[in-house]
Amino acid sequence: MAGLAPGPPVPLRRPGRWVAFALVLFLAAWFGHLVVTNPNFQWPVVGKYLFDRNILRGVLLTIELTVSAMCIGIALGIAFALMRLSDNPLLSLFAQTYIVCFRGTPALVQLIFWFNLAALFPVITLGIPFFGPDFMTVNANALITPFVAANLGLGLCEGAYMAEIVRSGILSVDPGQREAAAAVGMTRAQTMRKVVLPQAQRVIVPPTGNQVIGMLKYTSLASVISVTELLASAELVYTRTFETIPLLIVVSLWYLALTTLLTAGQRLIEQHVGRSHSDAGPKPRREFAAAVGRNLFLTP
Amino acid sequence: MIVARGIHKCYGHVEVLKGIDLDVDAGKVVCIIGASGAGKSTFLRCINHLETPDSGYVTVDGRLVGYRRVGNRLQELGEHELCAARADIGMVFQRFNLFQHITVIENVSLAPVMVKKVPAPKARERAMALLERVGLASKRDRYPRQLSGGEQQRVAIARALAMEPRVMLFDEPTSALDPELVGEVLTVMRSLAEDGMTMVVVTHEIGFAREVADEVVFMDGGVIAEKGPPSEILRSPRNERTREFLSRVL
Repeated sequence: MAGLAPGPPVPLRRPGRWVAFALVLFLAAWFGHLVVTNPNFQWPVVGKYLFDRNILRGVLLTIELTVSAMCIGIALGIAFALMRLSDNPLLSLFAQTYIVCFRGTPALVQLIFWFNLAALFPVITLGIPFFGPDFMTVNANALITPFVAANLGLGLCEGAYMAEIVRSGILSVDPGQREAAAAVGMTRAQTMRKVVLPQAQRVIVPPTGNQVIGMLKYTSLASVISVTELLASAELVYTRTFETIPLLIVVSLWYLALTTLLTAGQRLIEQHVGRSHSDAGPKPRREFAAAVGRNLFLTP
Repeated sequence: MIVARGIHKCYGHVEVLKGIDLDVDAGKVVCIIGASGAGKSTFLRCINHLETPDSGYVTVDGRLVGYRRVGNRLQELGEHELCAARADIGMVFQRFNLFQHITVIENVSLAPVMVKKVPAPKARERAMALLERVGLASKRDRYPRQLSGGEQQRVAIARALAMEPRVMLFDEPTSALDPELVGEVLTVMRSLAEDGMTMVVVTHEIGFAREVADEVVFMDGGVIAEKGPPSEILRSPRNERTREFLSRVL
């Protein structure tokens, strides 16, 4: 192999890539042209409503509902996952029944069901069943406001999914970790709290991020039980003005913005819970802050 | 210090332990050898009740492990009492089982804080001293997977010692290690033995047994086939099975 010129080898030519690139560019330009020039999109109307006070109120309610329903879901998920894995067969059966019922029926049906709870129990009583005394009695219609019904419906449904996610996380932790904790005299509760759940996190967080993003969108179901979240607040406008398409674009833009933000947050949390699995040493706080910046702008 | 009487254990229809009696005096080192499947590890795990024996009992320092005596019967202990009993028995595993999500020093100080309610700064101070002892003070802020196997096992020994146990159990502590890392772990164990720790070691390291053990126990098919001082068992075994086993491993 004498007489070789110095330097790196000539890279392989890939003409196919250029063809594909040109094709995609052409299609994108065509689509962009359609969207911009079609007056039916009514872009000025989109601009007008994007930061409208009613729409912003809807955005806020969507965020509130996502956060509260997700909190209920995660709390229930952990509780039911622990029950499902319990040695007590009755508890395990109870958890399985819950998961079957709430995962097996559509969230929309559950929402409407909770909304109409008053038809089933007109009066809700807080007290000791069978024997009394009753501490408090309330009218179901007063207690189950649309927002409460939405939280119950979405939260309980989410709990069933989260229970399975948490369970898979717990099962992913090496049984040797529990043995080691038992051998140093930790109780099962301490072991769960200090050893198993923190390690299960690494497996639980990515699908939970998925669920949060899903929940953000599922909150739009609450529009049918007159919770004026993002979609409902847009509906209120377009049933009046008939500017349906531009308002749906406004809604979509907000959902996209929120899910993008959540995706960035998810990456950040994943890095944080995966830190014991990185090969580098522990990260000082300053780098953590820098990582926040990096992730917000989605650069690798 | 450790007294085991009539330990039986079945998994389904397989009888893994067929009645084990063993006495370990304070400050002595007992090495348990034998082919895999002989029940060595199962017996070791019965000592701190990680496995519940089907019958028989273990006492450590005169106290029953996992049971209390009521009349002429044994009664299982509640979780908290069992945990208190286990806290006095240190254990080192074949696969180290360090807590993967926390740093080396946190691994060593976690149990004293959680179980013995030692104040956190004090626990860290003691953990530091123990890491010094196993030669890993400089690695205190690393995570377990950033250490070599030998280093992880030394941390695991420090973690067990942090509970100030009365006895230490070792379950094949060097079997998962690369050959060049075995020595550093055995060195730590040897120094523990020299300091008078009561130890039960399940091992394949015949050299270690010969050098450090006060007594060698050969297990075969769920029973103790032969036991005695290492000079006797390892050099001139009387039992045919022991001879056969030693000829294969030596």
